Amino acid sequence: MASLFNGLPDWLVEFPQLAGRDLRHMSRTIDQEYRAFSRAWGDAIENFFRPLLDFLLWFENLLIQTPWWIVLAVVVAIVWFASRSVKITIGTFIALILIGVFGMWEDTMRTLSIITVCTLLSIVIGMPIGIAMSRSNKLQAAINPILDVMQTMPSFVYLIPIVMLLGIGLIPGLLVVVIYAMPPIIRLTNLGIRLVDKEVLEAANAFGSSGWQKLVEVQLPLSLPTIMAGINQTIMMALAMVVVASLIGVRGLGQPVLQAITNQYFTQGVLNGLAIVAIAIIFDRTSQAYGKRLQRHREASHG
Amino acid sequence: MAEPAIKVRNLYKIFGRRDREMVEKVKEGVSKSELLADHSHVLGLRDINIDMPEASIQVVMGLSGSGKSTLIRHLNRLIEPSAGEVIVHGEDVLQMSEKALREFRRHKISMVFQRFALLPHKTVIDNVAYGLHVMGKSKAEQKTGAMRWIERVGLAGYEDNYPAQLSGGMQQRVGLARALATDADILLMDEAFSALDPLIRTDMQSVLLDLQKELAKTIVFITHDLDEALRLGDKIAILRDGEIVQQGTAQEIVLDPADEYISSFVREVNRGRVIQAETIMDTPPPPGPPAENSIRVEKGTVLEEVARRMTEQDRDQAHVVNGSGEPIGTLTMRSVMAGMATPVLKDAIE
Ligand SMILES: Nc1ncnc2c1ncn2[C@@H]1O[C@H](COP(=O)(O)OP(=O)(O)O)[C@@H](O)[C@H]1O
Ligand SMILES: [Mg+2]
Repeated sequence: MASLFNGLPDWLVEFPQLAGRDLRHMSRTIDQEYRAFSRAWGDAIENFFRPLLDFLLWFENLLIQTPWWIVLAVVVAIVWFASRSVKITIGTFIALILIGVFGMWEDTMRTLSIITVCTLLSIVIGMPIGIAMSRSNKLQAAINPILDVMQTMPSFVYLIPIVMLLGIGLIPGLLVVVIYAMPPIIRLTNLGIRLVDKEVLEAANAFGSSGWQKLVEVQLPLSLPTIMAGINQTIMMALAMVVVASLIGVRGLGQPVLQAITNQYFTQGVLNGLAIVAIAIIFDRTSQAYGKRLQRHREASHG
Repeated sequence: MAEPAIKVRNLYKIFGRRDREMVEKVKEGVSKSELLADHSHVLGLRDINIDMPEASIQVVMGLSGSGKSTLIRHLNRLIEPSAGEVIVHGEDVLQMSEKALREFRRHKISMVFQRFALLPHKTVIDNVAYGLHVMGKSKAEQKTGAMRWIERVGLAGYEDNYPAQLSGGMQQRVGLARALATDADILLMDEAFSALDPLIRTDMQSVLLDLQKELAKTIVFITHDLDEALRLGDKIAILRDGEIVQQGTAQEIVLDPADEYISSFVREVNRGRVIQAETIMDTPPPPGPPAENSIRVEKGTVLEEVARRMTEQDRDQAHVVNGSGEPIGTLTMRSVMAGMATPVLKDAIE
């Protein structure tokens, strides 16, 4: 090849990249600036997240210290009342029993607790963002690329600044999970509200509804199926991050998997992996059945 | 004549970003197709002027795309005009602040939609109560207010159903009850019955006429169906390509269509249900009391009804009387039949 292009100027043969020295200088400067920033602000940011950490720890302890049969009964009851499906409820019961029998109860509780908190956090932050996006095309155009980056940037990359800033532990783990899991709820809230029947919205306007009345009485209820699909995806993505989060010290089902990888413990890896799958299926089926039940009024009961 | 409830003055609507500039072009005579081809703006309405009388039904009729929905949405300002005025009960709707406009929509004007536009996640009673809910009325007031209208439109027993569980005709009864429940004086109906089957549609027209006898609202009724227009309208305005081509009573339009376009509609109309006895009677009536074998019909009776009575009583003469019972003209079976026939047939008979 090279011979073919002999005689061409250098910069057409080799990509004219920055000199190695300049690149190193640039990286070092940025890193130093960021380190200075994290030294100056790390504590403040940690304090800011303190209440969240306390809540997370309290919830985790609650799940672990409550006798297993009470937790089991409560989870099965929640699944039953949300889904009203015998199949899903019995499946949940069997899965939890097996998890306990194979010694994964405590780790499962930890994972359940962080997934629950991450999902709630994603909803509380993500839904208002989605609502704001649905009201302004400019905002939508500005936020969409950010969401693309959040979803496609390898999570290991944003582990670095987060760990530099907050060290290792539950809060940085939580942030990593939330960053990864929040885009679907934002996107689908935005989409759901934009898809609300124009004529129904016009009717709400014609009766003199205020902006808030329109949101609460029309837009949110009518976009609920789409928003529920977003919540469902958010939960699934949060679960997918359990192993990655364990890299920075989040305990739960991810850690034994990580251990299994480094030590080649095949059985341990598979068992914990299956426990994650079981939780995912429970969350998924229950939230979908619940979403369907909310939509019963859409079905014509007769003629 | 009394002050009209709604006055529309020099109203223009052009869809597109530079609509105000385009108004000038349209005033200079640029046509709808030229505006679209040369300036990429859609002409919605051109120089609309209508007086809509208090306590009567104003029909706006036109083919699909003629601008009916655009016009009716200006009356409660769901659409902002490019130029012009909309005066409702003396107040310019287009000058209202956002808050004033909300109050206006809550209390003064309500609307029924072509595809019902009910809230699918709310029960019938909650749908009907929606306007009252928006006003901030108490739960109890909402309930009694809504129940009254649910019963009035014949839906008692269905109040806890969801809209999807009802037939189209029943859903539109909910839409009607929702609009009536706010006690607004003005009722806007955008092709409210067009989505219904013909029989149900006639049924709903009767429901509306019954209600109107009792409530005497100012109703603006949009339709693309001439028979519906003639049956319901105290006054009719005909719209084509965003312009009003004729305004008048049903009779005026049927007897004297303004142009070829309207004549082509009117040809198919059942004239017997539109034309009134006094329009075709022979005047003045012969002096002295009416003939022995002549039946008596009141002024305003339509020809079909006159013919029915004459046939039933086996007479072939009638005399028309005014409000105080004095004869004002005479009819024969022959003149009634001629009046009912379409213009083409009429030539043949005469
Ligand atoms: N938002 C809009 N943007 C552009 N054109 C519109 C818009 N709304 C209506 N139009 C156009 O205005 C004309 C009248 O529409 P419309 O009032 O809906 O008619 P109708 O109700 O009589 O069927 C049509 O040519 C339609 O395409
Ligand atoms: Mg229309």
